[in-house]
Amino acid sequence: MIELAGLTKRYGEKVAVDRLTFTVRPGIVTGFLGPNGAGKSTTMRMLLGLDHPTAGDVRIDGLHYDQLKDPMTYIGALLDAKAMHGGRSAFNHLLCLAQSNGIPRARVHEVLDTVGLTAVAGKKAKGFSLGMGQRLGIAGALLGDPQILMFDEPVNGLDPEGIHWIRNLMKGLAAQGRTVFVSSHLMSEMALTADHLVVIGQGRLLADTSMADFIRANSRSYVRLRSPQQERLRDVLHEAGITVVEAGNGTLEVDGVGADRLGELAAGAGLVLHELSPQQASLEEAFMQLTAESVEYHAHSDPASSPPGAGPGAPSGGVSGPAPGWGEQWNQQQARKNEGA
Amino acid sequence: MAATQVLRSEWTKIRSVSSTVWTLGLAVVVSIGLGILISWLASNDFDNLGAKDRMGFDATAISFAGMGLGQLAMIVFGVLVVANEYSTGMIRTSLSAVPQRGTFLFCKIAVATLLALVVGLITAFIAFFAGQSVMGEHKASIGDAGVLRAVIGAGLYMTLIAVFSMGVAAMLRSPMLSLGILMPFFFLISNILGNVSATEKIGQFLPDQAGLKIMEVVSPVDDDTPYGPWGGFGIMALWVVAALIGGYVLLKKRDA
Repeated sequence: MIELAGLTKRYGEKVAVDRLTFTVRPGIVTGFLGPNGAGKSTTMRMLLGLDHPTAGDVRIDGLHYDQLKDPMTYIGALLDAKAMHGGRSAFNHLLCLAQSNGIPRARVHEVLDTVGLTAVAGKKAKGFSLGMGQRLGIAGALLGDPQILMFDEPVNGLDPEGIHWIRNLMKGLAAQGRTVFVSSHLMSEMALTADHLVVIGQGRLLADTSMADFIRANSRSYVRLRSPQQERLRDVLHEAGITVVEAGNGTLEVDGVGADRLGELAAGAGLVLHELSPQQASLEEAFMQLTAESVEYHAHSDPASSPPGAGPGAPSGGVSGPAPGWGEQWNQQQARKNEGA
Repeated sequence: MAATQVLRSEWTKIRSVSSTVWTLGLAVVVSIGLGILISWLASNDFDNLGAKDRMGFDATAISFAGMGLGQLAMIVFGVLVVANEYSTGMIRTSLSAVPQRGTFLFCKIAVATLLALVVGLITAFIAFFAGQSVMGEHKASIGDAGVLRAVIGAGLYMTLIAVFSMGVAAMLRSPMLSLGILMPFFFLISNILGNVSATEKIGQFLPDQAGLKIMEVVSPVDDDTPYGPWGGFGIMALWVVAALIGGYVLLKKRDA
């Protein structure tokens, strides 16, 4: 169990982590999500006592990190795969960590075996590929057989096989009843591993919810309609009290009404439909919508003046459309703001 | 956090990197090799010396002349032991394993100091006996007054140079910056300050100038140094303590 209470980190004027309060629970994988620079790594470093919080508190099983006796037996962390001396062999790297926490030497062989590095145990770490370095870092995290595990962007730079391995490892650890806290800037990655989500943007907590609830609350679902008798269809729907949005290319979009009801209405009026398809915005889109709000909230004193997702530039590509990049999303926000000015 | 665990861990760290072997090895080889060469040259030159210089001829101190260069390798050893944690990023892993920063730093320094002491003493004794063996009739004996103190003192001097470097590296964190300051300081600046009469008074109180006093058996004829061998050593020790306190305070305060 990891508990954060009002955790804050300020570098001069810049607020990197802003009053974060949430709890990471055992038995599930908790995803820690946010765009680059959102404050994920800073939060994790404060958790390990590496950085001193400006204000607030973070506790592990009710204690501050430096109050833990042999901390590696409580919490294992992978912060940065390259946080090791390249001139030291994999075995000696793990051995010095084990000794500092009173962990028996035999355990070093065990974790090397778990991560599949036994064959290169005597090799210097500087010759390791990124994936091998990541595995060695994970071996270090597992060394004390801790109940809490924390990984910062563990799949970064890994090949598909390595990514698959890490996903299964994290799920397996959670299934054993351990607390697994993993950060990522990729929603799609989290969707595959995390049961619970903590989303931050610009250091502030944006969501603390189960994965299923997050998807339900944040992804926009709507029905897309195409008809050669578009004008009549609009009138029919309008008479039924349904709001229709023109989405260009001769398609109409309807929020909050089921496809079955729309189909029945069209049939009742004897109209031909070329398309009647329920759409769900992608997770990536939902995540970006959420973090974009935080960007807008900070730039605008009055967020209500332009609700996100309602402007002409709002993403409406649905599941099949490629998710726009961060910069693109930000540019859209800027464009919308300029229009409003 | 049991300190014995951390000491064991730091011993594994120090013995498992090659820089330990080559820095300490270089310190031994350079100090002894250069010491023998200078001892031989000095004893051959004895007949050409003036009466005053013959009076001040210190066979013991001459056999330690190689340490002037050998101490640079000790500085590199001291700097790398501490600053490599930072340059490799290992420090974040280390402080996650041992969050008690004082325990971490002083266990690391204790292990490195003990190793430097063993190497320093071995170097001093070998440099003394090897140096005397080429000095013929001018040689000193280990039983002579003050000689044993000077030999042990030379080993202690080499140790403290390394510990001082550890403290400086703990403050500066970067190995390049630490070496860039310590190397020219001990190799050039300290010598210049100590040999120019206007700055001699300041130079006398620098860590290496003060520490060197303990290697002397025969004082120069017109010696006006205001402290004796152990007084000089005490001044050097104060510098070391100051560097270690500085390193500890900064480590405690800073984000890793």
